[in-house]
Amino acid sequence: MPIGKQKQKRTNAMQTPEEYELSRRGVLVGGAASVATVTLVPIGTATAATPAAKTSPTAKVAFEVNGTMRELELDTRTSLLDALREHLHLTGTKKGCDHGQCGACTVIVDGRRINSCLTLAVMHEGDKVTTIEGLGTPDKMHAMQDAFVTHDGYQCGYCTPGQICSAVAVLDEIKAGIPSHVTADLTAAPQVTNMEIRERMSGNICRCGAYPNIVAAISDVAGVKA
Amino acid sequence: MKSFTYERVDTPAAATAAFARSKGARYIAGGTNLLDLMKLEIEAPTHLIDISRLALDKIEPTAEGGLRIGAMVRNTDLASDARIRRDYGLVSRALVAGASGQLRNKATTAGNLLQRTRCPYFYDTNQPCNKRQPGSGCAAIGGFNRTLAIIGTSDACIATHPSDMVVAMRALDASVEAVSAEGRTRAIPLADFYRAPGKTPHLETVLAPGELITAVTLPRPVGGKHIYQKVRDRASYAFALISVGLVVQEDGTGRVAVGGVAYKPWRVEAAEADLPRGAKAVTAKLLAGAKTTHENAYKLPLVERTLASVLAQAKG
Repeated sequence: MPIGKQKQKRTNAMQTPEEYELSRRGVLVGGAASVATVTLVPIGTATAATPAAKTSPTAKVAFEVNGTMRELELDTRTSLLDALREHLHLTGTKKGCDHGQCGACTVIVDGRRINSCLTLAVMHEGDKVTTIEGLGTPDKMHAMQDAFVTHDGYQCGYCTPGQICSAVAVLDEIKAGIPSHVTADLTAAPQVTNMEIRERMSGNICRCGAYPNIVAAISDVAGVKA
Repeated sequence: MKSFTYERVDTPAAATAAFARSKGARYIAGGTNLLDLMKLEIEAPTHLIDISRLALDKIEPTAEGGLRIGAMVRNTDLASDARIRRDYGLVSRALVAGASGQLRNKATTAGNLLQRTRCPYFYDTNQPCNKRQPGSGCAAIGGFNRTLAIIGTSDACIATHPSDMVVAMRALDASVEAVSAEGRTRAIPLADFYRAPGKTPHLETVLAPGELITAVTLPRPVGGKHIYQKVRDRASYAFALISVGLVVQEDGTGRVAVGGVAYKPWRVEAAEADLPRGAKAVTAKLLAGAKTTHENAYKLPLVERTLASVLAQAKG
Protein backbone atom coordinates (compact mmCIF):
# COMPACT_ATOMS: atom_id res chain seq x y z
CA MET A 1 0.00 0.00 0.00
CA PRO A 2 2.58 2.68 0.94
CA ILE A 3 4.46 2.06 -2.29
CA GLY A 4 1.38 2.78 -4.38
CA LYS A 5 0.52 5.91 -2.45
CA GLN A 6 3.98 7.39 -2.73
CA LYS A 7 3.99 6.85 -6.45
CA GLN A 8 0.62 8.52 -6.79
CA LYS A 9 1.80 11.62 -4.92
CA ARG A 10 4.84 11.96 -7.11
CA THR A 11 2.60 11.59 -10.14
CA ASN A 12 0.41 14.52 -9.20
CA ALA A 13 3.42 16.80 -8.92
CA MET A 14 4.59 15.97 -12.45
CA GLN A 15 4.43 18.73 -15.04
CA THR A 16 5.18 17.94 -18.66
CA PRO A 17 2.93 15.73 -20.77
CA GLU A 18 5.78 13.31 -21.43
CA GLU A 19 6.40 12.92 -17.76
CA TYR A 20 2.68 12.61 -17.17
CA GLU A 21 2.48 9.77 -19.65
CA LEU A 22 5.39 8.03 -17.97
CA SER A 23 3.96 8.51 -14.56
CA ARG A 24 0.54 7.21 -15.53
CA ARG A 25 2.35 4.03 -16.23
CA GLY A 26 3.93 4.43 -12.80
CA VAL A 27 0.49 4.68 -11.22
CA LEU A 28 -0.61 1.49 -12.90
CA VAL A 29 2.54 -0.33 -11.82
CA GLY A 30 2.27 1.19 -8.35
CA GLY A 31 -1.35 0.14 -8.14
CA ALA A 32 -0.50 -3.41 -9.05
CA ALA A 33 2.37 -3.42 -6.58
CA SER A 34 0.15 -2.24 -3.76
CA VAL A 35 -2.32 -5.03 -4.44
CA ALA A 36 0.55 -7.49 -4.34
CA THR A 37 1.74 -6.01 -1.05
CA VAL A 38 -1.67 -6.56 0.51
CA THR A 39 -1.75 -10.18 -0.64
CA LEU A 40 1.67 -10.71 0.85
CA VAL A 41 0.75 -9.57 4.33
CA PRO A 42 -0.26 -12.94 5.78
CA ILE A 43 2.98 -14.52 4.53
CA GLY A 44 5.66 -11.92 5.33
CA THR A 45 6.36 -9.69 8.28
CA ALA A 46 4.27 -6.72 7.29
CA THR A 47 5.25 -4.37 10.09
CA ALA A 48 9.00 -4.22 9.59
CA ALA A 49 8.95 -1.81 6.65
CA THR A 50 7.54 1.23 8.46
CA PRO A 51 10.07 2.60 10.97
CA ALA A 52 13.18 0.77 9.71
CA ALA A 53 14.76 3.84 8.08
CA LYS A 54 15.44 5.52 11.42
CA THR A 55 16.94 2.59 13.23
CA SER A 56 18.91 0.79 10.52
CA PRO A 57 22.28 -0.23 11.93
CA THR A 58 25.38 1.30 10.39
CA ALA A 59 29.02 0.27 10.40
CA LYS A 60 32.29 1.96 9.50
CA VAL A 61 34.49 0.63 6.77
CA ALA A 62 37.69 1.80 5.09
CA PHE A 63 38.95 0.50 1.76
CA GLU A 64 41.05 1.72 -1.12
CA VAL A 65 39.28 2.68 -4.31
CA ASN A 66 41.41 3.32 -7.38
CA GLY A 67 44.43 4.06 -5.19
CA THR A 68 42.68 6.39 -2.73
CA MET A 69 41.74 5.37 0.81
CA ARG A 70 38.05 5.95 1.46
CA GLU A 71 36.34 5.82 4.83
CA LEU A 72 32.60 5.42 5.02
CA GLU A 73 29.90 4.87 7.59
CA LEU A 74 27.19 2.89 5.88
CA ASP A 75 23.88 1.20 6.49
CA THR A 76 25.10 -2.38 6.87
CA ARG A 77 22.88 -3.38 3.94
CA THR A 78 24.82 -1.26 1.45
CA SER A 79 26.31 -3.33 -1.35
CA LEU A 80 29.79 -2.49 -2.57
CA LEU A 81 28.07 -1.39 -5.78
CA ASP A 82 25.84 1.12 -3.98
CA ALA A 83 28.77 2.34 -1.89
CA LEU A 84 30.72 3.07 -5.09
CA ARG A 85 27.85 4.68 -6.96
CA GLU A 86 25.76 6.41 -4.31
CA HIS A 87 28.34 7.27 -1.67
CA LEU A 88 31.58 7.71 -3.62
CA HIS A 89 29.81 8.89 -6.80
CA LEU A 90 31.83 6.56 -8.99
CA THR A 91 28.98 5.92 -11.38
CA GLY A 92 31.03 4.14 -14.01
CA THR A 93 30.17 0.82 -12.38
CA LYS A 94 26.62 -0.02 -13.40
CA LYS A 95 23.68 -1.64 -11.69
CA GLY A 96 22.01 -4.05 -14.08
CA CYS A 97 20.12 -6.89 -12.43
CA ASP A 98 21.44 -6.36 -8.86
CA HIS A 99 21.40 -10.18 -8.47
CA GLY A 100 24.75 -11.27 -9.89
CA GLN A 101 23.29 -12.46 -13.16
CA CYS A 102 24.34 -9.77 -15.63
CA GLY A 103 27.87 -8.70 -14.68
CA ALA A 104 27.33 -4.95 -15.27
CA CYS A 105 28.58 -4.30 -11.72
CA THR A 106 31.87 -6.18 -12.14
CA VAL A 107 34.81 -4.55 -10.35
CA ILE A 108 38.25 -5.87 -9.44
CA VAL A 109 38.89 -6.42 -5.72
CA ASP A 110 42.38 -7.42 -4.63
CA GLY A 111 43.13 -8.42 -8.20
CA ARG A 112 39.98 -10.50 -8.75
CA ARG A 113 36.80 -9.66 -10.58
CA ILE A 114 33.62 -9.91 -8.53
CA ASN A 115 29.98 -8.83 -8.76
CA SER A 116 29.92 -5.70 -6.61
CA CYS A 117 26.13 -6.05 -6.24
CA LEU A 118 26.47 -9.35 -4.35
CA THR A 119 28.86 -8.25 -1.67
CA LEU A 120 28.40 -5.99 1.33
CA ALA A 121 30.58 -2.88 1.44
CA VAL A 122 31.28 -3.38 5.15
CA MET A 123 32.91 -6.73 4.37
CA HIS A 124 35.67 -5.01 2.38
CA GLU A 125 37.72 -3.51 5.19
CA GLY A 126 41.26 -2.87 3.91
CA ASP A 127 40.55 -4.19 0.40
CA LYS A 128 41.81 -2.64 -2.83
CA VAL A 129 38.99 -1.94 -5.24
CA THR A 130 39.54 -1.04 -8.89
CA THR A 131 36.62 0.29 -10.90
CA ILE A 132 36.43 1.31 -14.54
CA GLU A 133 37.47 4.83 -13.45
CA GLY A 134 40.64 3.36 -11.96
CA LEU A 135 41.64 1.40 -15.05
CA GLY A 136 42.10 4.46 -17.22
CA THR A 137 40.85 7.92 -18.08
CA PRO A 138 39.57 9.37 -21.39
CA ASP A 139 43.03 10.91 -21.89
CA LYS A 140 44.96 7.87 -20.81
CA MET A 141 42.92 4.81 -21.55
CA HIS A 142 43.73 1.30 -20.40
CA ALA A 143 44.65 -0.95 -23.34
CA MET A 144 41.34 -2.81 -22.90
CA GLN A 145 39.32 0.42 -22.99
CA ASP A 146 41.20 1.45 -26.08
CA ALA A 147 40.52 -1.90 -27.74
CA PHE A 148 36.79 -1.71 -26.95
CA VAL A 149 36.70 1.65 -28.74
CA THR A 150 38.75 0.37 -31.68
CA HIS A 151 36.62 -2.75 -32.12
CA ASP A 152 33.29 -1.08 -31.34
CA GLY A 153 32.74 -3.46 -28.42
CA TYR A 154 29.42 -1.93 -27.39
CA GLN A 155 26.25 -0.26 -28.58
CA CYS A 156 24.40 1.30 -25.64
CA GLY A 157 27.47 1.02 -23.42
CA TYR A 158 25.65 0.10 -20.22
CA CYS A 159 27.36 -3.26 -19.75
CA THR A 160 30.71 -1.95 -20.98
CA PRO A 161 32.41 -0.97 -17.69
CA GLY A 162 31.61 -4.44 -16.34
CA GLN A 163 32.73 -6.08 -19.58
CA ILE A 164 36.04 -4.22 -19.50
CA CYS A 165 36.79 -4.92 -15.83
CA SER A 166 35.90 -8.56 -16.42
CA ALA A 167 38.02 -8.74 -19.59
CA VAL A 168 41.10 -7.33 -17.85
CA ALA A 169 40.71 -9.93 -15.09
CA VAL A 170 40.05 -12.75 -17.59
CA LEU A 171 43.43 -12.25 -19.24
CA ASP A 172 45.08 -12.24 -15.80
CA GLU A 173 43.22 -15.46 -14.90
CA ILE A 174 44.45 -17.20 -18.04
CA LYS A 175 47.97 -15.98 -17.33
CA ALA A 176 47.70 -17.31 -13.78
CA GLY A 177 46.76 -20.75 -15.15
CA ILE A 178 43.21 -20.81 -13.79
CA PRO A 179 41.25 -23.42 -15.78
CA SER A 180 37.83 -22.90 -17.32
CA HIS A 181 35.00 -25.15 -18.48
CA VAL A 182 36.48 -25.30 -22.00
CA THR A 183 40.09 -25.91 -20.97
CA ALA A 184 40.85 -29.28 -22.59
CA ASP A 185 43.71 -30.38 -20.37
CA LEU A 186 43.39 -29.55 -16.68
CA THR A 187 47.08 -30.11 -16.07
CA ALA A 188 48.29 -27.83 -18.89
CA ALA A 189 48.37 -24.03 -18.91
CA PRO A 190 45.22 -22.57 -20.50
CA GLN A 191 45.68 -20.53 -23.69
CA VAL A 192 43.91 -17.39 -24.88
CA THR A 193 41.50 -18.70 -27.50
CA ASN A 194 38.16 -17.54 -28.83
CA MET A 195 36.41 -20.33 -26.89
CA GLU A 196 38.26 -19.53 -23.66
CA ILE A 197 37.33 -15.86 -23.89
CA ARG A 198 33.68 -16.62 -24.62
CA GLU A 199 33.38 -19.09 -21.77
CA ARG A 200 35.16 -16.89 -19.26
CA MET A 201 33.11 -13.82 -20.23
CA SER A 202 29.77 -15.64 -19.83
CA GLY A 203 29.04 -13.80 -16.58
CA ASN A 204 28.78 -10.52 -18.51
CA ILE A 205 25.59 -10.13 -20.49
CA CYS A 206 25.27 -7.65 -23.39
CA ARG A 207 21.67 -7.06 -24.41
CA CYS A 208 22.84 -5.25 -27.56
CA GLY A 209 24.70 -8.39 -28.59
CA ALA A 210 28.09 -6.82 -29.16
CA TYR A 211 29.76 -10.12 -28.31
CA PRO A 212 31.79 -10.64 -31.50
CA ASN A 213 33.34 -7.18 -31.12
CA ILE A 214 33.93 -7.69 -27.41
CA VAL A 215 35.79 -10.93 -28.15
CA ALA A 216 37.75 -9.11 -30.88
CA ALA A 217 38.77 -6.39 -28.44
CA ILE A 218 39.92 -8.86 -25.79
CA SER A 219 41.78 -10.97 -28.36
CA ASP A 220 43.50 -7.83 -29.63
CA VAL A 221 44.77 -6.93 -26.15
CA ALA A 222 45.92 -10.53 -25.64
CA GLY A 223 47.75 -10.40 -28.97
CA VAL A 224 45.85 -13.28 -30.56
CA LYS A 225 43.49 -13.54 -33.54
CA ALA A 226 39.80 -13.51 -32.61
CA MET B 1 16.39 -6.04 2.37
CA LYS B 2 15.64 -6.12 6.10
CA SER B 3 18.18 -4.34 8.24
CA PHE B 4 20.70 -6.26 10.30
CA THR B 5 23.62 -5.73 12.61
CA TYR B 6 27.06 -6.87 11.50
CA GLU B 7 30.18 -8.22 13.13
CA ARG B 8 33.38 -9.78 11.85
CA VAL B 9 35.01 -12.68 13.67
CA ASP B 10 38.53 -14.11 13.48
CA THR B 11 38.18 -17.66 14.80
CA PRO B 12 35.62 -20.47 14.48
CA ALA B 13 35.14 -20.34 18.27
CA ALA B 14 34.33 -16.61 18.07
CA ALA B 15 31.92 -17.36 15.23
CA THR B 16 29.93 -20.00 17.07
CA ALA B 17 29.95 -17.87 20.25
CA ALA B 18 28.59 -14.91 18.29
CA PHE B 19 25.90 -17.14 16.84
CA ALA B 20 24.87 -18.35 20.30
CA ARG B 21 24.67 -14.74 21.54
CA SER B 22 22.41 -13.38 18.83
CA LYS B 23 18.94 -14.43 17.78
CA GLY B 24 18.27 -14.54 14.05
CA ALA B 25 21.96 -14.66 13.13
CA ARG B 26 23.46 -16.08 9.97
CA TYR B 27 27.05 -16.63 8.96
CA ILE B 28 28.17 -14.88 5.79
CA ALA B 29 31.31 -15.62 3.75
CA GLY B 30 31.17 -15.25 -0.04
CA GLY B 31 27.61 -14.00 0.25
CA THR B 32 26.75 -14.63 -3.40
CA ASN B 33 23.68 -16.71 -2.54
CA LEU B 34 22.73 -15.32 0.88
CA LEU B 35 22.72 -11.66 -0.20
CA ASP B 36 20.69 -12.50 -3.29
CA LEU B 37 18.09 -14.17 -1.04
CA MET B 38 18.21 -11.31 1.47
CA LYS B 39 17.43 -8.80 -1.28
CA LEU B 40 14.30 -10.80 -2.03
CA GLU B 41 13.62 -11.15 1.73
CA ILE B 42 13.54 -14.90 1.37
CA GLU B 43 16.26 -14.79 3.99
CA ALA B 44 15.99 -12.07 6.62
CA PRO B 45 18.70 -12.44 9.25
CA THR B 46 18.80 -9.75 11.94
CA HIS B 47 22.51 -10.24 12.55
CA LEU B 48 25.30 -11.20 10.15
CA ILE B 49 28.49 -12.82 11.35
CA ASP B 50 31.22 -12.28 8.80
CA ILE B 51 33.34 -15.43 8.73
CA SER B 52 35.08 -14.62 5.44
CA ARG B 53 38.39 -13.89 7.15
CA LEU B 54 38.65 -17.06 9.20
CA ALA B 55 41.98 -18.78 8.62
CA LEU B 56 40.20 -21.66 6.85
CA ASP B 57 41.48 -20.83 3.38
CA LYS B 58 44.11 -23.54 2.96
CA ILE B 59 44.16 -26.86 1.14
CA GLU B 60 46.32 -29.21 3.16
CA PRO B 61 47.33 -32.88 2.86
CA THR B 62 45.78 -35.23 5.41
CA ALA B 63 47.56 -38.05 7.24
CA GLU B 64 45.49 -40.52 5.18
CA GLY B 65 46.89 -39.22 1.89
CA GLY B 66 43.88 -37.08 1.03
CA LEU B 67 43.26 -33.33 1.09
CA ARG B 68 41.58 -31.13 3.65
CA ILE B 69 39.93 -28.16 1.94
CA GLY B 70 39.30 -25.22 4.25
CA ALA B 71 35.71 -23.98 4.37
CA MET B 72 36.75 -20.52 3.11
CA VAL B 73 38.68 -21.75 0.06
CA ARG B 74 37.17 -19.91 -2.89
CA ASN B 75 35.73 -21.93 -5.77
CA THR B 76 38.32 -20.45 -8.16
CA ASP B 77 41.19 -21.42 -5.88
CA LEU B 78 39.87 -24.92 -5.37
CA ALA B 79 39.38 -25.48 -9.10
CA SER B 80 42.89 -24.15 -9.81
CA ASP B 81 44.82 -26.02 -7.13
CA ALA B 82 47.44 -28.21 -8.80
CA ARG B 83 46.70 -31.23 -6.56
CA ILE B 84 42.95 -30.96 -7.19
CA ARG B 85 43.53 -30.70 -10.95
CA ARG B 86 45.87 -33.68 -10.98
CA ASP B 87 44.26 -36.07 -8.49
CA TYR B 88 40.65 -34.89 -8.15
CA GLY B 89 39.92 -33.61 -11.65
CA LEU B 90 36.21 -34.24 -11.17
CA VAL B 91 36.08 -31.50 -8.50
CA SER B 92 37.89 -29.03 -10.71
CA ARG B 93 35.67 -29.87 -13.70
CA ALA B 94 32.47 -29.57 -11.69
CA LEU B 95 33.51 -26.22 -10.23
CA VAL B 96 34.34 -24.60 -13.55
CA ALA B 97 31.05 -25.90 -14.98
CA GLY B 98 29.19 -23.82 -12.38
CA ALA B 99 28.36 -20.12 -12.02
CA SER B 100 30.52 -17.37 -13.58
CA GLY B 101 34.12 -16.33 -13.06
CA GLN B 102 32.99 -13.44 -10.87
CA LEU B 103 30.89 -15.69 -8.64
CA ARG B 104 33.54 -18.39 -8.36
CA ASN B 105 35.97 -15.73 -7.14
CA LYS B 106 33.70 -15.04 -4.16
CA ALA B 107 31.88 -18.29 -3.47
CA THR B 108 33.43 -20.52 -0.80
CA THR B 109 33.60 -24.29 -0.44
CA ALA B 110 31.27 -24.34 2.57
CA GLY B 111 28.91 -21.83 1.01
CA ASN B 112 28.70 -23.95 -2.13
CA LEU B 113 27.56 -26.91 0.01
CA LEU B 114 24.93 -24.77 1.73
CA GLN B 115 23.53 -22.85 -1.24
CA ARG B 116 19.76 -22.97 -1.52
CA THR B 117 17.68 -24.44 -4.30
CA ARG B 118 16.94 -22.44 -7.46
CA CYS B 119 13.36 -23.77 -7.62
CA PRO B 120 11.42 -20.85 -9.17
CA TYR B 121 8.70 -21.15 -6.54
CA PHE B 122 11.23 -20.86 -3.72
CA TYR B 123 12.20 -17.50 -5.26
CA ASP B 124 8.66 -16.27 -5.97
CA THR B 125 7.39 -14.94 -2.65
CA ASN B 126 3.85 -14.70 -4.06
CA GLN B 127 3.71 -18.49 -4.27
CA PRO B 128 3.45 -21.10 -1.57
CA CYS B 129 6.68 -22.97 -0.82
CA ASN B 130 7.20 -25.35 2.07
CA LYS B 131 10.93 -24.72 2.00
CA ARG B 132 10.56 -20.95 2.27
CA GLN B 133 7.41 -20.88 4.39
CA PRO B 134 6.89 -24.23 6.14
CA GLY B 135 3.32 -25.46 5.84
CA SER B 136 2.35 -23.11 3.01
CA GLY B 137 2.29 -25.83 0.35
CA CYS B 138 4.26 -26.56 -2.80
CA ALA B 139 3.48 -24.68 -5.99
CA ALA B 140 6.11 -26.62 -7.92
CA ILE B 141 4.17 -29.87 -7.72
CA GLY B 142 1.65 -29.37 -10.52
CA GLY B 143 3.42 -26.18 -11.59
CA PHE B 144 6.35 -25.47 -13.88
CA ASN B 145 8.71 -28.17 -12.69
CA ARG B 146 10.78 -28.92 -15.75
CA THR B 147 14.01 -28.20 -13.85
CA LEU B 148 13.05 -29.96 -10.63
CA ALA B 149 13.69 -33.25 -8.89
CA ILE B 150 12.67 -36.72 -10.03
CA ILE B 151 13.88 -38.79 -7.11
CA GLY B 152 14.00 -38.50 -3.33
CA THR B 153 11.09 -36.08 -3.49
CA SER B 154 8.14 -35.80 -1.10
CA ASP B 155 4.59 -34.47 -1.28
CA ALA B 156 5.96 -31.31 0.33
CA CYS B 157 8.91 -30.54 -1.96
CA ILE B 158 10.50 -31.43 -5.29
CA ALA B 159 13.40 -28.96 -5.16
CA THR B 160 16.88 -29.89 -6.36
CA HIS B 161 20.24 -29.03 -4.87
CA PRO B 162 21.88 -26.75 -7.45
CA SER B 163 25.57 -27.37 -6.79
CA ASP B 164 27.93 -28.95 -9.31
CA MET B 165 30.79 -29.17 -6.82
CA VAL B 166 28.94 -31.48 -4.44
CA VAL B 167 28.23 -33.97 -7.24
CA ALA B 168 31.97 -34.42 -7.70
CA MET B 169 32.62 -34.50 -3.97
CA ARG B 170 29.93 -37.13 -3.44
CA ALA B 171 31.45 -39.36 -6.11
CA LEU B 172 34.80 -39.02 -4.35
CA ASP B 173 33.41 -39.86 -0.86
CA ALA B 174 34.12 -36.45 0.65
CA SER B 175 33.21 -35.68 4.22
CA VAL B 176 32.22 -32.42 5.87
CA GLU B 177 34.01 -31.26 9.00
CA ALA B 178 31.99 -29.04 11.31
CA VAL B 179 32.38 -27.51 14.75
CA SER B 180 29.48 -27.00 17.17
CA ALA B 181 28.82 -24.08 19.50
CA GLU B 182 30.24 -26.25 22.30
CA GLY B 183 33.48 -26.62 20.36
CA ARG B 184 32.91 -30.26 19.35
CA THR B 185 34.28 -31.16 15.94
CA ARG B 186 32.66 -33.91 13.89
CA ALA B 187 33.05 -35.36 10.42
CA ILE B 188 29.85 -35.94 8.46
CA PRO B 189 30.07 -38.09 5.32
CA LEU B 190 28.69 -36.02 2.43
CA ALA B 191 26.39 -39.00 1.80
CA ASP B 192 24.65 -38.22 5.11
CA PHE B 193 24.91 -34.44 5.01
CA TYR B 194 21.66 -33.49 3.25
CA ARG B 195 18.24 -34.27 4.69
CA ALA B 196 15.49 -35.70 2.53
CA PRO B 197 12.66 -33.17 2.22
CA GLY B 198 9.96 -35.36 3.82
CA LYS B 199 7.51 -33.10 5.63
CA THR B 200 10.25 -30.61 6.58
CA PRO B 201 11.94 -29.41 3.37
CA HIS B 202 13.10 -26.22 5.14
CA LEU B 203 15.58 -28.37 7.08
CA GLU B 204 18.19 -29.09 4.44
CA THR B 205 21.24 -30.47 6.23
CA VAL B 206 22.05 -32.34 9.42
CA LEU B 207 23.96 -29.33 10.80
CA ALA B 208 22.67 -28.08 14.15
CA PRO B 209 21.85 -24.36 14.46
CA GLY B 210 25.11 -22.44 14.70
CA GLU B 211 27.24 -25.44 13.77
CA LEU B 212 29.99 -24.17 11.48
CA ILE B 213 31.57 -25.99 8.56
CA THR B 214 35.35 -25.78 8.89
CA ALA B 215 36.50 -28.03 6.03
CA VAL B 216 35.69 -30.62 3.43
CA THR B 217 37.97 -33.64 3.37
CA LEU B 218 38.71 -35.74 0.32
CA PRO B 219 40.07 -39.25 0.87
CA ARG B 220 43.20 -40.43 -0.92
CA PRO B 221 42.97 -40.16 -4.73
CA VAL B 222 41.22 -43.06 -6.46
CA GLY B 223 42.85 -42.54 -9.86
CA GLY B 224 40.94 -43.34 -13.04
CA LYS B 225 39.45 -41.01 -15.60
CA HIS B 226 37.36 -38.13 -14.28
CA ILE B 227 34.57 -36.75 -16.44
CA TYR B 228 31.90 -34.25 -15.45
CA GLN B 229 29.20 -33.62 -18.00
CA LYS B 230 26.59 -30.97 -17.37
CA VAL B 231 23.48 -30.57 -19.49
CA ARG B 232 21.91 -27.13 -19.34
CA ASP B 233 19.74 -24.73 -21.32
CA ARG B 234 22.68 -22.60 -22.44
CA ALA B 235 26.30 -23.48 -22.98
CA SER B 236 27.64 -21.54 -20.01
CA TYR B 237 26.51 -19.91 -16.79
CA ALA B 238 23.32 -21.88 -16.18
CA PHE B 239 22.23 -24.42 -13.60
CA ALA B 240 22.19 -28.08 -14.54
CA LEU B 241 19.11 -29.75 -15.92
CA ILE B 242 21.08 -32.85 -15.07
CA SER B 243 24.76 -33.54 -14.65
CA VAL B 244 26.82 -36.71 -14.47
CA GLY B 245 30.07 -37.06 -12.55
CA LEU B 246 31.98 -40.19 -13.48
CA VAL B 247 35.21 -41.73 -12.26
CA VAL B 248 36.08 -44.82 -14.27
CA GLN B 249 39.04 -47.19 -14.03
CA GLU B 250 40.88 -49.10 -16.74
CA ASP B 251 38.86 -52.25 -15.97
CA GLY B 252 35.56 -50.43 -16.44
CA THR B 253 34.66 -50.25 -12.75
CA GLY B 254 34.00 -46.88 -11.23
CA ARG B 255 31.60 -44.51 -9.51
CA VAL B 256 28.92 -42.18 -10.68
CA ALA B 257 26.96 -39.37 -9.05
CA VAL B 258 24.20 -37.39 -10.70
CA GLY B 259 23.20 -33.75 -10.17
CA GLY B 260 19.97 -31.91 -10.94
CA VAL B 261 17.71 -34.83 -10.04
CA ALA B 262 17.32 -34.63 -6.26
CA TYR B 263 17.77 -32.64 -3.04
CA LYS B 264 21.34 -33.95 -2.97
CA PRO B 265 23.84 -35.38 -5.44
CA TRP B 266 22.36 -38.77 -6.29
CA ARG B 267 24.62 -41.78 -5.97
CA VAL B 268 23.68 -45.42 -5.50
CA GLU B 269 26.78 -47.50 -4.86
CA ALA B 270 24.93 -50.74 -5.77
CA ALA B 271 24.24 -49.39 -9.26
CA GLU B 272 27.94 -48.83 -9.89
CA ALA B 273 28.61 -52.56 -10.08
CA ASP B 274 26.79 -52.41 -13.43
CA LEU B 275 29.12 -49.78 -14.93
CA PRO B 276 30.91 -52.34 -17.13
CA ARG B 277 27.45 -53.35 -18.49
CA GLY B 278 26.68 -49.82 -19.65
CA ALA B 279 24.50 -46.80 -19.03
CA LYS B 280 21.11 -48.49 -19.30
CA ALA B 281 21.80 -51.01 -16.57
CA VAL B 282 23.32 -48.42 -14.26
CA THR B 283 20.55 -45.86 -14.71
CA ALA B 284 17.84 -48.46 -14.11
CA LYS B 285 19.24 -49.11 -10.64
CA LEU B 286 20.42 -45.57 -9.95
CA LEU B 287 17.05 -43.98 -10.59
CA ALA B 288 14.78 -46.87 -9.55
CA GLY B 289 11.69 -45.43 -7.91
CA ALA B 290 11.96 -42.09 -9.70
CA LYS B 291 8.76 -40.07 -9.67
CA THR B 292 8.56 -37.77 -12.65
CA THR B 293 6.03 -35.20 -13.84
CA HIS B 294 5.00 -34.59 -17.44
CA GLU B 295 7.47 -31.69 -17.49
CA ASN B 296 10.55 -33.37 -16.05
CA ALA B 297 10.13 -36.96 -17.25
CA TYR B 298 12.78 -36.18 -19.87
CA LYS B 299 15.40 -36.29 -17.12
CA LEU B 300 15.27 -40.09 -16.91
CA PRO B 301 16.39 -40.77 -20.51
CA LEU B 302 18.67 -37.72 -20.34
CA VAL B 303 20.60 -39.19 -17.42
CA GLU B 304 20.95 -42.51 -19.25
CA ARG B 305 22.12 -40.91 -22.49
CA THR B 306 24.49 -38.52 -20.74
CA LEU B 307 25.99 -41.43 -18.83
CA ALA B 308 26.33 -43.36 -22.11
CA SER B 309 28.09 -40.32 -23.54
CA VAL B 310 30.58 -39.99 -20.68
CA LEU B 311 31.27 -43.73 -20.72
CA ALA B 312 32.05 -43.45 -24.43
CA GLN B 313 34.31 -40.45 -23.74
CA ALA B 314 36.11 -42.45 -21.07
CA LYS B 315 36.90 -45.17 -23.61
CA GLY B 316 37.96 -42.69 -26.31
